[in-house]
Amino acid sequence: MAELETFRRETRDWLMKTAPPDIVGLPANDLEGNWGGRKASYAVPGMKTWLLHMAERGWTAPTWPKEYGGGALSPAEAKVLSQEMAKLRLPPPLIGFGLTMIGPTLLQYGNEEQKREHLGRICRGEIRWCQGYSEPGAGSDLASLQTKAVRDGDDYIITGTKIWTSYADKSDWIFALVRTDPGAKKQDGITFILIDMQTPGVSVRPILLISGKSPFCETHFENVRVPVRNVVHKINAGWTVAKALLGHERSMIADAFGGGGGGQRTARMSALASLACEKLGDADGRIADSVLRDRVALEDMDTRAFGLTVQRAKDSAKAGHRPGPESSIFKVYATELNMRRHELMMQTLGPSGVGWEGPGFNESDLETTRDWLRSRGNSIEGGTSEVQLNIIAKRVLGLPD
Amino acid sequence: MELILTEDQELLAKTAADFVSEHSPVSRVRKLRDTKDPVGFSRELWKQMAELGWLGIPFPESVGGAGMGFAELAVVLEALGRTLAPEPFLSTVLLGGQVLELGGSEAQQKEWLSPLVNGDCILTAAYQEPRSRYELHRVATRAERSGDGWRLSGEKVQVLDGHVADGLVVVARTSGGEREAQGITLFLVRKGTPGLEITRQWRVDSRNAALVKLSRVAVGPSDVIGKVDEGGELFEKVVDRAIVGLSSEMLGSMEEAAASTFKYLKTRVQFGVPIGSFQALKHRAARMYIELELSRSAVMAAARAVDEDHPELPKLASLVKARCSDAGILIANEAVQMHGGVGMTDEYDVGFYLKRARVAEIMFGDASHHRERWARLSGY
Repeated sequence: MAELETFRRETRDWLMKTAPPDIVGLPANDLEGNWGGRKASYAVPGMKTWLLHMAERGWTAPTWPKEYGGGALSPAEAKVLSQEMAKLRLPPPLIGFGLTMIGPTLLQYGNEEQKREHLGRICRGEIRWCQGYSEPGAGSDLASLQTKAVRDGDDYIITGTKIWTSYADKSDWIFALVRTDPGAKKQDGITFILIDMQTPGVSVRPILLISGKSPFCETHFENVRVPVRNVVHKINAGWTVAKALLGHERSMIADAFGGGGGGQRTARMSALASLACEKLGDADGRIADSVLRDRVALEDMDTRAFGLTVQRAKDSAKAGHRPGPESSIFKVYATELNMRRHELMMQTLGPSGVGWEGPGFNESDLETTRDWLRSRGNSIEGGTSEVQLNIIAKRVLGLPD
Repeated sequence: MELILTEDQELLAKTAADFVSEHSPVSRVRKLRDTKDPVGFSRELWKQMAELGWLGIPFPESVGGAGMGFAELAVVLEALGRTLAPEPFLSTVLLGGQVLELGGSEAQQKEWLSPLVNGDCILTAAYQEPRSRYELHRVATRAERSGDGWRLSGEKVQVLDGHVADGLVVVARTSGGEREAQGITLFLVRKGTPGLEITRQWRVDSRNAALVKLSRVAVGPSDVIGKVDEGGELFEKVVDRAIVGLSSEMLGSMEEAAASTFKYLKTRVQFGVPIGSFQALKHRAARMYIELELSRSAVMAAARAVDEDHPELPKLASLVKARCSDAGILIANEAVQMHGGVGMTDEYDVGFYLKRARVAEIMFGDASHHRERWARLSGY
């Protein structure tokens, strides 16, 4: 305990001494965070220095082993670090799929050479990664993917199309699932492979969404030559690696949408209820439209019940129990709650919610509208709600195929 | 609060589950209904539950209780809910008992709670009136001064276990208009008091309920519970606790209705395959499961809120009642639908769950009533 307090004091001192003043209070969201990579640009100059210093100490990946560029902190120390950063309002020096997705996967399944080649570059923010899973013909049925990899000596020749590759236009490397054995049962002929996007034959086209903006791209591979040593885990065993990574992605999505709600809500009124009071409030501050009031209350109450369920799962894990079946509901319910909330925001805005841009509409209403459009994708990305319900029916309830 | 069961609570859950499967199958409820049993539940089982210490769970050791809490009570009521056990927990332990626990004098607690804990006394609360619907403060029953006591006149409906109650907590108006929160007082009326007329009622779930008519019923000053004119607030607190208990029972019932439906989906064969292989049913079954899990979290949180005297208890009580009301109806309706034709027959148990779900839904307010209360408590 005393050691942890010493660590806390030293960490705070170091952070206060090291953090450039212009990064204090910067938001840590996808839009404004630092993703690093060869194409990184820095609107705030201090961010680059911040990354440099933190990476030097291994604190862009605080819990990873030292030899791969991490900080080798214990979970308790890593928590202290993030608490102290939060207190000083310091943003993370680096975010992205390298740290959250491919890094942990390489630590679990990568060979020594791969770990040495990639993990350090991830920690230092030199390489930005994206994910190549879905294809135009392989969405919910991911295992039917057709991007083919044909062996040619020490290389694979890869041809095919990946879709929904988030930020592919800004990324340097892609981790992808490719078909190495077309004759095998569909899950058994898939290999997980790492591809440098500068390799000839790789091209990227951004996809415009109904919300008018999007991180998504379509990535084409035309006879792209990739060394066999870039295969992670065994050839034709990519499905195992992919499932591990996908489970992680789903829990990230659930976390982002409501996991943080928790059992203890501090705010008395939700943002939705406040908006409804502002737009439709009567003299007493109540939402005058009783039908909308009922729907807002239902949404708030379901959000609370969901937060309590997340808390229950966490409490249970803390007590040393294995994750119970309740966690299987997180992705589907969290995303649907978020979508319902956006629907209600739109109903609350009424005529001021249908603006796209330009005069007569205010900024925050326009943003609410774009967010509503974007939210329609929540029940599709990372495994559709229908697929999640199939999983619950099969794995939890044991219903037959 | 921590939303997990302690080892002791796990043990209690197992004891309760074993007891229920041994002594209280749904066939027992069926028989009580078919024979129009004069008591409406089993006095013998009630006594056994007392001996197991269940009736004393939320009461202090000074009256012979176990000094435990609603987290424990919830575990027992969930088990009883699984097979729709009709013993008078709601009326006796949760309504009458909690009124005395929260508002009774030492003498009143000694007189009533000790026999209650031992299983020798049935208590209830007469609060609902023909016009009150879900408004706890809408009280037309009047209490008029008479000497140093009172005379009660009015009509109460659907009084739980009224026809077998040894004592009734009657909610009556001592001042103010019919819908005012102030001016309500709680009185203890003993069985057999002249002017008290109790007629058994039959509801769809065949559980005990009664019409209670009061015609100038005399009540002495020692049978006033809490302060005169200030019983409204006390009774609302009691109802929040009763809601937590009822919701625990509802959780058990919906769990069982869902489980028997999932089992049926695996065994019923049509078109040459088990009907559970159809995606149209799979997805709905998964929805039932989601509602069940969220309801369980709400029940656990609300029960712990009672034990911690949490300031958010009223909101959590409304949360859990709204949630269990809606989920209970959804699951019961789906259970009947997925059972198909046999789900409509009296021979199958699923209909019992549907009927109980409907009655439990309206007790202490339905889902929209509690959403409205949540909104009010949240400031919108």
